[in-house]
Order: sequence, then C-alpha cells, then structure tokens
Amino acid sequence: MNNDNLLYQAFVFLAAAVILVPIAKRLGLGSVLGYLIAGAVIGPFALGLMGDSGGHEVMHFAEFGVVMMLFVIGLELEPARLWRLRLPVLGVGGLQVVLTALAAGGVAMLFGLGVQMATAVGLIIAMSSTAIVMQTLGEKGWTNTEGGQNAFAALLFQDISVIPILAFLPLLATVTPPQGATAHEATVTLVSGLPGWAQTLIVLGAMVGVAVGGRFLVRPAFRAIAKTRLREVFTAAALLLVIGISLLMDQVGLSRALGAFLAGVVLAGSEYRHELEGDIAPFKGLLLGLFFIGVGASIDFHLIAAQPLLILALVALLVIVKLVVLLLLGRVFRMPLNQNFMFSFALAQGGEFAFVLFSLSTSQGILTAAVAGPLVVAVAVSMALSPLLMVAYERLIMPRFVSKRNEHRAADTPDDHNTVIIAGYGRFGQIVGRLLSANGISATVLEADSDQVDLLRRWGNKVFYGDASRLDLLTAAGANQAKVLVLALDSPQKNIEVVHTAKKHFPHLKLMGRAKGRIEAYDLLDAGVEDMQRETFESALRLGMLALRRLGFGAHQAERAVGIFRRHDESALRELAELRRSSDEKAYFSAARERSQMMSKVLQADIADKGDFHDPAWDVESLRTQVPS
Amino acid sequence: MSLLVLYAHPASHRSRLNRRLLQEVADLPSVRVHDLYEEYPDFHIEVRREQALLLEHDTIVLQHPFYWYSVPALLKQWMDLVLKHGWAYGEGGTALRGKRWLTAVTTGGPEGAYQAEGLNRFTMRQLLAPIEQTAQLCGMPFLDPFITHGAHRLSDEALATQAKAYRQRLSSLLEGEQPATWARTSNEQR
Repeated sequence: MNNDNLLYQAFVFLAAAVILVPIAKRLGLGSVLGYLIAGAVIGPFALGLMGDSGGHEVMHFAEFGVVMMLFVIGLELEPARLWRLRLPVLGVGGLQVVLTALAAGGVAMLFGLGVQMATAVGLIIAMSSTAIVMQTLGEKGWTNTEGGQNAFAALLFQDISVIPILAFLPLLATVTPPQGATAHEATVTLVSGLPGWAQTLIVLGAMVGVAVGGRFLVRPAFRAIAKTRLREVFTAAALLLVIGISLLMDQVGLSRALGAFLAGVVLAGSEYRHELEGDIAPFKGLLLGLFFIGVGASIDFHLIAAQPLLILALVALLVIVKLVVLLLLGRVFRMPLNQNFMFSFALAQGGEFAFVLFSLSTSQGILTAAVAGPLVVAVAVSMALSPLLMVAYERLIMPRFVSKRNEHRAADTPDDHNTVIIAGYGRFGQIVGRLLSANGISATVLEADSDQVDLLRRWGNKVFYGDASRLDLLTAAGANQAKVLVLALDSPQKNIEVVHTAKKHFPHLKLMGRAKGRIEAYDLLDAGVEDMQRETFESALRLGMLALRRLGFGAHQAERAVGIFRRHDESALRELAELRRSSDEKAYFSAARERSQMMSKVLQADIADKGDFHDPAWDVESLRTQVPS
Repeated sequence: MSLLVLYAHPASHRSRLNRRLLQEVADLPSVRVHDLYEEYPDFHIEVRREQALLLEHDTIVLQHPFYWYSVPALLKQWMDLVLKHGWAYGEGGTALRGKRWLTAVTTGGPEGAYQAEGLNRFTMRQLLAPIEQTAQLCGMPFLDPFITHGAHRLSDEALATQAKAYRQRLSSLLEGEQPATWARTSNEQR
C-alpha cells in the first residue's frame, strides 16, 4: 500500500487519536497528553506508521489548528476586553519573555555557549506553547480565572514577539550556515525584496486591512450568506476567511496565527460570533489534535536513548528556569498564590514556535546542529510533560486552596456570559426578554432569522445568529455558566431537540418552555420541562375575562372566575399528560386524531369539575340565617 | 405537638427582621412554614387546602408586620376566605376549637409609641383586639403575642437576641407549654 496516500495517513492519525485520547481522558490526563502519546506511538521512532514523508501532508493541515484556535480566542475577546488586558500583556508578557531569555541564556552560557548562541537559545526557550496551554486551560475551565487570563496575556505577547525575534535572530549568526540550507528555508514573500521601511509599512497596512475589512466587508458578507439559510455555505465562508487571512499573512511575512487572532478580535462584536465559533470549533479541535500528534511524533527517541542524562538535565533545567521566573513574576504582579501556581505551571514548557526558530537558527548559522538537536528534543519533551504538570497542580496544589478559591473567582473579570439564554426571539421570546431586561436582567439571545437579528441589534439588543439546537452554539452562548434557558422557538420539534441537548450536556440548566398548544405542552412535560406555558392560554383567558365583564360580571368577580378556571385547567392538563404517558395513545393515533380525543377529555374534565367553578368566597347566605334581626 | 407558621410579608426581600425571625424557627422539628405571599401571589387562595393545613396542626402562628394597625392585605384575605362561617365559627363551626393562636407581630414604632400618651394613642393590647376577637370567635386560645417593636432601628445584637427569644418561644410551645392566654391588667379593661 502506498504509505504516502493522504487517506492512509488520515486513517492512521485518526485511529491513533480515537483509541488513545479517550483512554488518556479517562485516566484524568486530559486530551492533549492523549494526542501527544498517540503521536509518539505512531511516530517514526515507535510504530513508524506515518509513512515515508513523516506525515507531512497531514501536518500541513494540522498547523491550521493553531491558526483556528487563535481565531476562536480572538472571537471571544472584544476589543474593549483586549484593551483591558493591555497591562498583563505588556507587563506580564513582556517581562516574562525578557527575564526568561536572560535566565535561560545565562544557563546556556554556563554550558559553555558564546553570548550570541546563548541569546538565541534564551529567546527561543522563552516561548511557551499557546496550543497546549489554551487547550488545557479551556478543558479544565480555568480560562477566565486570574491565573488563566495572565497566562493568556503572556502567550499573546509571545505570539507577537515572534515577529521581531525572527527579524533579530539572523544578526546573531556566528557559524557558516550549512550548504544549501538558506535557499531552502527562506520563504519567498511579497515583501522579501523590499527595504525595511517598506516592509514595515506593508505589515502595518495588512493589519489595518484585516481590521477594516473585517468590519466593513466581512460582516455584511456574512449577513448576506446567513440570509440564504445554507449552513454549509456559512461554514465554507468561515473557513475561507481563516485560510484567506493565513495566505495574506504569509505574503507579508507575519504569523498566520496572529492574523487570525486579529480577525477574530474584529469579529468579536459581531452578531455572527457564536455561529462562527460553532462552525470553526470542530475543525479547530480536530486539527489541533493532529498538531499535537505531530508534536508527539517529532520527539526524537533515538537522541533520548543516546544521551538520556543530557536530555533529562535539559528538560529539568528548562522547566525549572521557566517555573522560577514565572513564580517570581506572579509575585511581582500580586497574583494570589493559588493563581500564581496555576499561571506558572501552565506556562512552564517550550513552545511550538521553538521548532520553527530552532530550524531557522540552524539554517542561518546561529546555532550548530549539535546544540539545537538536543534542545529541540528537550522542548518537545517539556511540551509532552506540560499536561502532566497541570494534572499535578490540579491534584496536589489546588486542593490546598479550595476554601480560598471561591473568593478569587468572584474577583475574576466578569465575562459576557449572561445567566439567562433565550432561544428564539420572535413574538414570544421578545416579551420574555423585555420583561427580564425591564428588571435589570440581560439575556443572551439566539435567533435563527438573520433579518430579525439585524433589527434587534440595531436597537441595542444582544442577539446572536444561530440555530439553538446545536450543542456548539449553546456552549458558545455560555450554557455552562447560565442558570436558565428559555425555549421560545417557533418550532415545537426544535424546542424539544434543544431540551434533549440541554438535558444531556447541561443538566444544571433550568429549562422553561413555550408550548404551542396542549399536545406540545404534554411533550414538554414528558421531556421533563415543568416550567412551561401554552402560548395562547393566558391571552385567551384575559380576553375571556373581558367577555365576562361585558356580560355584567364585576371586575374582581371576573378576575376570580378566571383564576379558578386557570387552576382547574392547569391541574387537568397535568393529569391528562400523566394519563397519556401511561397509555399508548401517542403511538396509536395521528396528531389530528389525538387532538380531537384530547379535546373531549378536556371538556369531560370541565363538566366533572362543574361544581368547583362556583366561587363561594364572601358568600353570606349561611350567615344571613343566623344573624338575629 | 405541631406548629404552623403562617407568614405574611408582601416584600419579604426588603425585610430584615421578619425574614430573620422566620429563618430562626424554620428548622425546628414539627414546624411548618407557610409563606402566603409565595403561595398565592395572585391572591387566589385555595381555601380547602388552607383548611386542611390548619387541621393538621394544633398551634397556629401568624407572623407578619403590623400594617395600619392590622395584618397585611393577603393575610386579611386569608382570614376572610379560610375562616368560613359554619367551619371556623357560627353554627357547626368548630373545626379550629382548642387550637392555639399566636400572633407574632413586628412594629416600626418603639414600644413607647403604643401608649395612651404616645403617638399611636392606643396600646398594642387595644390595637390587637380585632385579631384577639377573631381567635376568640373560632374558639382558639389567644396566646400572649410575640411583639417586636422598633423594627427599623433594631441593632444587630438586639435582632439576634429577639430571634433567639422567638425560637425559644416556639420551642416551648412545641414542648407543650400551657401558657395563660393574654392576661389583662386592670387599666386595660375594655
């Protein structure tokens, strides 16, 4: 069989992931470690299943995982929130890179490297793995803690600083580059032939282009696509956006991930944010998984076997130096101890940029292969160890802070997840939403009609476009944090779908349902939604009350008559729902047949309760006979 | 012995004293708290349900703030509808006979305001007469009421002391205390 066949490679990658990731997750090690182990197993140093090219074609796709992850991270960071992060990004991030580079460089000099080589090594070691850290923090739900936010800020600064580091590294060259390597490595871009100032201008132009284009081109385009109601075209457009930005960034020599992040931030305020997030998420997750497999596969076990002590010492030094610097920084920036530990343990590993920078350094004659080789392995091993470090933090350190944890959580920057999600914002959902908002409670709204979304947003409502029965969209809308989910969709089937999804994945959510009529009310009760209302019932009662008044009932008398009837009907509704559940009527009759059957039962119940409709309140008949005249 | 607390406060979320008093006794064994404004926000009181509840208990506590020298509107509605002629009083109206009635009332004004020479010109004894007589007509011994004055000005310590006293009072009622009904002093004759 042709080992380089794309399908074959995809098969091997997916099989390894499908088998090993659930096992790792089950053992409490997290998915990232599962992928890394899967990579090591199928890699050239173990089973060697990845084909002659070492899985290059699949790896090519996999890099998009990191790009998409930053796009999604950007989507969750509105510009205003990003602005609030400026201090952690510049302060924590900047100091982290500088101090780690100095410390790691110092250690490198102790190993006998010259100043230039030591500087290069220090800068490269200062990078951490955005992919591993963000994935692990997200999986554990720590992204919005103080430690998590600071870790993110530091990673963001690192991603930005790669650009000047790439420019700066060639200046450190001390040895003659190996033959032919330069021509092979240097990528040809639009800007490579231009002078420095022109390059800078083009880079800035590209960033501004992404920002302006995102706002004035992409948003209307998405609006138009959403109107076609073709979901796959929307997905295609989302992918097109990410890939297009990657190509543009390649052309101007910027990091793809940074470009995607920028595009994400620009679209963060848009109504299609949750839909985009939901569309990209499966691709992101899968490609990121492939990326981790690639990292696992790249661990050079031959080198480890040849120099186990050296590699061990390098890994230990790398992790310890980074840990010490990070803990120190946490102290300087006054993070609570628990958060400081989380922040430091999260970032104490080498990053994927190190691979790029090491290979660039060898090809440009900054580092010799003898220096870079073991370091590349050490970085890969430290990345593989990183999820284990987080597990160690979670099991050994965090429990000591449990009582304090809640205080810290209260101080977290509030994210924009509301406690109420309203699915469907048509005639019904709107009234619920307006009532809540009149009482100071804002809701996250999911609406599948793009015209409606536009209209509502124009009036300042927080409305997102999307189909609420999708798990990814509910997750993106904050179903994990919300308390209440109001099911106000027009389609009863869709409402029930959402109930099933929510019951399965968000059991803590209190569900409240809109029912079209009785049958739909029964269905909601059967699905376990106790808080439900028939959409026409209350308004029909009120109109009926007006009729009673026209016929001579006093206002209060009519009001009480309605109250008594409402109570009777609601208890009859629940009894009939129970009856229907225990019999097989649902299965026997068509909906229309059931409706007429049901109506005669309702009328029967009305007759049986006839006596109860009489209101005996303030009846003085019995008194009259007793009072002496 | 079992005890039913009928709690009536239309803005319980604003209450400091009443809510605290209620919390203090809610966990006592054989005490059932029945929050009327929670049960009947629309004033549609289910009379038969309320009557059944009364029959299940032998001491009835009506806990409420003192509004215009009387009970909050929903508790008055409750009295009008639940304490029916022929059931609670009048011919054949013996359902509640012998059950004990305790009014636990809170007032905004200090004790001194409820005197002949005070702002309110009448004593609590006099002002509570309609309620006392309601109990009387139902054949229910009207126990020495649990009164907390000066609700708005109560210090945290005084609040805690009062809450403890309330708990103590209900506990001893549960243990079968047979207190005399509200004794009259000579200058309080009708």
